[in-house]
Amino acid sequence: MSTTTPRRERPKQAAKPAPPGGAPAASQTASGRHSQRWLAWIFLAPTILGMGLFTLVPIAASVVLAFFRWDIISAPTFVGFDNFAEVVQDPTVRVSFLNTIVFVIVAVAFQLGLALALAVMVQEKMPSWLRTFFRSAFFFPLILSAASVSIFMRYLFNEQFGVVNWFLSLAGIPAVPWLTTPGGSAAVVILVYVWQNFGFSFLLFIGGLASIPVETYEAAALDGATGWRKHVYVTLPLLSPTTLLASVMAIISALQVFDQPYVLTRGGPGDSTRTAVMVIFESAFQRLEFGEASAIGVILTLIIMAITAAQFRLSKRFVFYQ
Amino acid sequence: MTTTTERVSTRTPAVPARSRRKPNWNLVLRIVLLMIAAVLTLGPVMWTLSTSLRSPSESFKLPPSFFPWNPDFTSYAQVFQQLDIVLLVLNSALVTGLIAVGQMVTAAMAGYAFANLKFRGRGALFSIVLATMMVPVQVTIVPVFMLIRGMGLSDTLLALILPAIPTAFGTFLMRQYFMGLPTDLAEAASIDGASPWRTFRSVYAPLAIPGMAIVGILAFNFHWNEFFRPLIMTISEQNFTLPLGLVSLQGNLGTGSISVVLAGVVLSMIPALVVFIFGQRALQDGLTAGSGK
Repeated sequence: MSTTTPRRERPKQAAKPAPPGGAPAASQTASGRHSQRWLAWIFLAPTILGMGLFTLVPIAASVVLAFFRWDIISAPTFVGFDNFAEVVQDPTVRVSFLNTIVFVIVAVAFQLGLALALAVMVQEKMPSWLRTFFRSAFFFPLILSAASVSIFMRYLFNEQFGVVNWFLSLAGIPAVPWLTTPGGSAAVVILVYVWQNFGFSFLLFIGGLASIPVETYEAAALDGATGWRKHVYVTLPLLSPTTLLASVMAIISALQVFDQPYVLTRGGPGDSTRTAVMVIFESAFQRLEFGEASAIGVILTLIIMAITAAQFRLSKRFVFYQ
Repeated sequence: MTTTTERVSTRTPAVPARSRRKPNWNLVLRIVLLMIAAVLTLGPVMWTLSTSLRSPSESFKLPPSFFPWNPDFTSYAQVFQQLDIVLLVLNSALVTGLIAVGQMVTAAMAGYAFANLKFRGRGALFSIVLATMMVPVQVTIVPVFMLIRGMGLSDTLLALILPAIPTAFGTFLMRQYFMGLPTDLAEAASIDGASPWRTFRSVYAPLAIPGMAIVGILAFNFHWNEFFRPLIMTISEQNFTLPLGLVSLQGNLGTGSISVVLAGVVLSMIPALVVFIFGQRALQDGLTAGSGK
């Protein structure tokens, strides 16, 4: 932001009076300003028009559609808050939102805890080639498609010939019915999701840790804080802005989970792994209830906005900025 | 700390002396734990690769294989018979490539306008662009689907490409990038009498290429792997992209020939792997760019 200010001052001194119309005497800079404005709008046109068409109008349309009943074939009819009432009472929708909330809490806590622990371990003194190896390894799953990951994970968690159960059998643990029981499938969806996404939080924590000045640790060491106490009293407070950012991003993306449960379990068994976005997908594109789908989408967006706002409010209290 | 007292009593530097006497247990423990995490992270991928190189009849036999000692390419031959994988790759490449190029060009233009050009409403407009980042795709997908249908584009590749080109995150990245470039370049150019367009074309556009590369790599990684939008926007198999084709292949084959499905999965990973090898740094920087420093 601040870098733009010196630039903004430059033409001002040259062309003080020049009104937008431009007196001919106002010379180069006035016309330069004029052509800058033209160029700006030409450059912005594709992005602004595209976003208007494919994001802003759809948001508005989604809100409007939530108050209509529409199956695409017959004309839409206005139904007021009926869609919301139906959605709130629908047991499948309720279970799916509950599943999503439980999923978000467990997956995000697991993801952040794991990422933080690994980041702290990697950032302490260590040969740099090893550090590079670990960073690349933890980052690797992020480049894969969630659909492909879920495809091979479905085989790995197969009850009879899955590799996971084979390893467990070596330890004398009987075969776990991973994908055929509600608890097992929920666990698999969480594990597969965290497996693929912890690397992102890990990268954020690495960046945050790197920005903590070494002198802080030296001072803490002089005061006798070593080992884990150093992390509790120095690392965690100084890392809190990163932790906030990482948790906001992790929660928002976990609330939208779809690919993993869709490929791994199709939401089953029963509704045990059905998520909010799966319900949007199913009511819109399988049952053609577009109004209801929009109502669910609006509710999900409101939840996302509320959580984001709450986290930033909390941050004013608990986040420690240097 | 104990090392400080040592340093006083003995004349030799304490740190090397200590490391000669006993290994650094803290470091050993950390490396062991990190290794376990790395094995759990890479293990499933190694299994996928190695199992795709087993023959279909052996693919589900235990113990599992994690290293392809005797590679068998039958599954790779079969996946070409079971699945029109050439078409899937072409579709994915076309969709991903056009989205990436489209995002690079439009984001560079919009980012430059927000960073270097003066016009009324710049701040407000940029805030709107940023705000659209918070709205999940799933919420706008129903109206976008209707819109695409109204445009007569349903079940075409354009239905996947067009809505993905305007990019808030890419615009944000390019604005940051242009703001990081020295301003005296523009001043020098305008003193020489260059128009804003010439200043952009001959001074800034060539410098923008590394930033555009990050936008392109991010777009490629995201859309090559995308599943949700293709699942909704495409109906006929001739318009499927790779992830969609692989998921339907798994559905069709059941658990009969794991290695064939996994061969498809491995093939679909190759471009991502190339990006990982050559563009990992750019990808990491781009992904975490929103975190600000």
